[in-house]
Amino acid sequence: MLTDDRPGPGAGTESGSTTTATEPPDGRLIRRRRLSRWDLKFSPYLYISPFFLLFALVGLFPLLYTGYLSVHDWDKIYRQRGDFTGLENFEFVLTDPIFRKALVNTFSIFLMSSVPQIVVAVSIAALLDNRLRASTFWRMSVLLPFVVAPAAAALIFGSLFADQSGLINATLREIGLEPIRWHVDRLWSHFAISSMVNWRWTGYNTLIFLAAMQAVPRDLYESAALDGAGRVRQFRSITLPMIRPTMIFVIVTSTIGGLQIFTEPRLFDDSMSREGGADHQYMTAALYIYDRGIVDGFYGRASAAAWILFLIIVGIALLNFALTRYLTRRNA
Amino acid sequence: MRNRIPRPARRSLAAAAVGVLVLGLTAACGGDSDPKESADQEDLAAGDSLTITTFGEFGYDALIEQWNKDHPDTQVEQTKVSKWDDWKAEITTSLQAGGKGLPDVVAVEGDYMPAVVAAPDVWVDLSSSEVEGRWLDFKSAGATTEDGQLLGYATDAGPQAICYRKDLFEAAGLPSDREEVAARMGTWDDYFALGEEFKKSSDANFYDASGSIAQAMLNQVEFPFEQADNTIDIGSDELKNVWDTVTSHTDLGSKAVQWSPDWTAAFKEPGNATVACPGWMRANIKENTGEPAPAGVVWDIADVFPGGGGNWGGSYLTVPKVSTHQAEAKEFITWITAPEQQTKVFEVTGNFPSQVEALTSEAVLTATDDYFNGAPAGEIFSNRAAAITVQPYHGPLYSDVLQKFQDAINRVDQGVAPDKSWATFEQDVASLQ
Repeated sequence: MLTDDRPGPGAGTESGSTTTATEPPDGRLIRRRRLSRWDLKFSPYLYISPFFLLFALVGLFPLLYTGYLSVHDWDKIYRQRGDFTGLENFEFVLTDPIFRKALVNTFSIFLMSSVPQIVVAVSIAALLDNRLRASTFWRMSVLLPFVVAPAAAALIFGSLFADQSGLINATLREIGLEPIRWHVDRLWSHFAISSMVNWRWTGYNTLIFLAAMQAVPRDLYESAALDGAGRVRQFRSITLPMIRPTMIFVIVTSTIGGLQIFTEPRLFDDSMSREGGADHQYMTAALYIYDRGIVDGFYGRASAAAWILFLIIVGIALLNFALTRYLTRRNA
Repeated sequence: MRNRIPRPARRSLAAAAVGVLVLGLTAACGGDSDPKESADQEDLAAGDSLTITTFGEFGYDALIEQWNKDHPDTQVEQTKVSKWDDWKAEITTSLQAGGKGLPDVVAVEGDYMPAVVAAPDVWVDLSSSEVEGRWLDFKSAGATTEDGQLLGYATDAGPQAICYRKDLFEAAGLPSDREEVAARMGTWDDYFALGEEFKKSSDANFYDASGSIAQAMLNQVEFPFEQADNTIDIGSDELKNVWDTVTSHTDLGSKAVQWSPDWTAAFKEPGNATVACPGWMRANIKENTGEPAPAGVVWDIADVFPGGGGNWGGSYLTVPKVSTHQAEAKEFITWITAPEQQTKVFEVTGNFPSQVEALTSEAVLTATDDYFNGAPAGEIFSNRAAAITVQPYHGPLYSDVLQKFQDAINRVDQGVAPDKSWATFEQDVASLQ
């Protein structure tokens, strides 16, 4: 960044005059000393720079450029940036009933997937935390769904949840119940999509919880057992408080991931225009951005929607952060 | 070690660094190539080949092999993409980057052609005396700009007949011979009346999906969604008529969305008695019904289409201006879309030719289809191609609006009241503009 071979502004005036008395006349020594001073000063930045450079390239730049696009029109035919339009795109998105519907769907699917996911993941982790035969095998097997490509999983789930020919509905009909219209009823479609998300991520979160549980000192359990606490009581009073930081971490990451759900609804979709169902029953915010931008060619509107989603996620992450601080302070 | 840069200065330094970085990136991504500028032409050097990207199955493998044998100086390399939607997204992305990464020959789906015609500066004008009058009028019209530039060479066409299940017709006590069936489907009113009669004595679907019938009817409307000046108009009587007809007969179809798993499964159980059937649809019917056909299942083709003729689908080959081998590309596509070559493709894949001469060639006219009870497929589709009178006008937003329209019909299939669904459709269309 700095091509000037001095440490920076403010240092320029003192380089020549103040160093006469103490420094030996040997120029090489001066250079070496100066080098070592720079080494101390700048090396740490150099060591951490790869991440920041990469982030600037694939994170920060797209973010800023999206903001730049969101206040401009977009020429669909020649695919070039059009005129400056101010906040028009934001206005369009915020008044678009479909976007509002997409936001509600996003939160609904997010709650249906994250809450059961965390509860189940903690329970399974607690079970895996015991002494088991072939424990590594069990621990690894919970990660299997995570390894399967989401697209392949979507195919399987697609044939499970097909409205007329699906396995689940065939079973329901066998036992004399009404088949469920997975792709039609809003809530059921959210349920189907959430189950795909859960199937994929529960094992992953289980392993993170398991790692946290393994770090809980065993003698705590022993003393609790001496005090006559049962298994359930031990779990409630020792395990849960001890893994709280991990819990917060998982909640924050699954919030960020959950609000960006895209793959599952996209692959679950069998409607013609693929906008999250014929009536946008399960269109998520990320799907809205994709459809408006990539499919319909309104880059400005899609960018505005992306920024709105970004702000919502930041807001919720801050809320989580505040909650974390409050909880940890209460523990201290 | 005391840092000699004062704190505020350090902060602004950091900000400046980030600023420089971002600006540099913006400049880098701005790109200085323009897809509207014709690229400098280069000779095909040794080891360099002409590139073409196709999607789905164009049936070009053997032909390209033959071309490469005959033209050692112009080797052609084909890349196949399985789905048009994926390839379309890639074309869009490439055009944004100033045309970087586009092959010398770009295959596009017919519905995309209006978007090509709307941006004539990006594509090479391919008109030449050699190909004049080669195609059916409506095929070349769809690729021609107002000032007479021809931007794409048509590969195949999709004249529609009616494919039907002979066995289901018999079981329902209806006439089942090709001629008899054709006589009962001359108009859409006849067709739906036959459907009502069929449903009285059969559990099978009369047709595969409301959406495909709507598509078939739309292919006979001159201005389905857009006026000649490309303004969207969804208030026409013809469109309203298609909407009312289809939404009032949803019980005749499978209620599934075309191409969805439920749609695919309906071919086996409970079965679809009729399907609006362009030439390429035969492959889908075979695949979904099962080959060889399950016991008792007999498909056949009737030489008829309600309301006259209709074309559904067909693709084009285009050359982008960023291609550095435009002359060779033109030479190659002139050859591969010639009647003789397209006739060979028809024999391999069933993609029906769009070339006038190919329609009267012996090989096409005498082709029969064993899977469809030995129906004279070549002759039938040639007749259907000749029956096409209306060529619908497709503006640049045609395929977008069509998808919304399909969704609207699907909502009625799902139990939403037609009026309410139409209101949502109007909203959807408004957000496309």
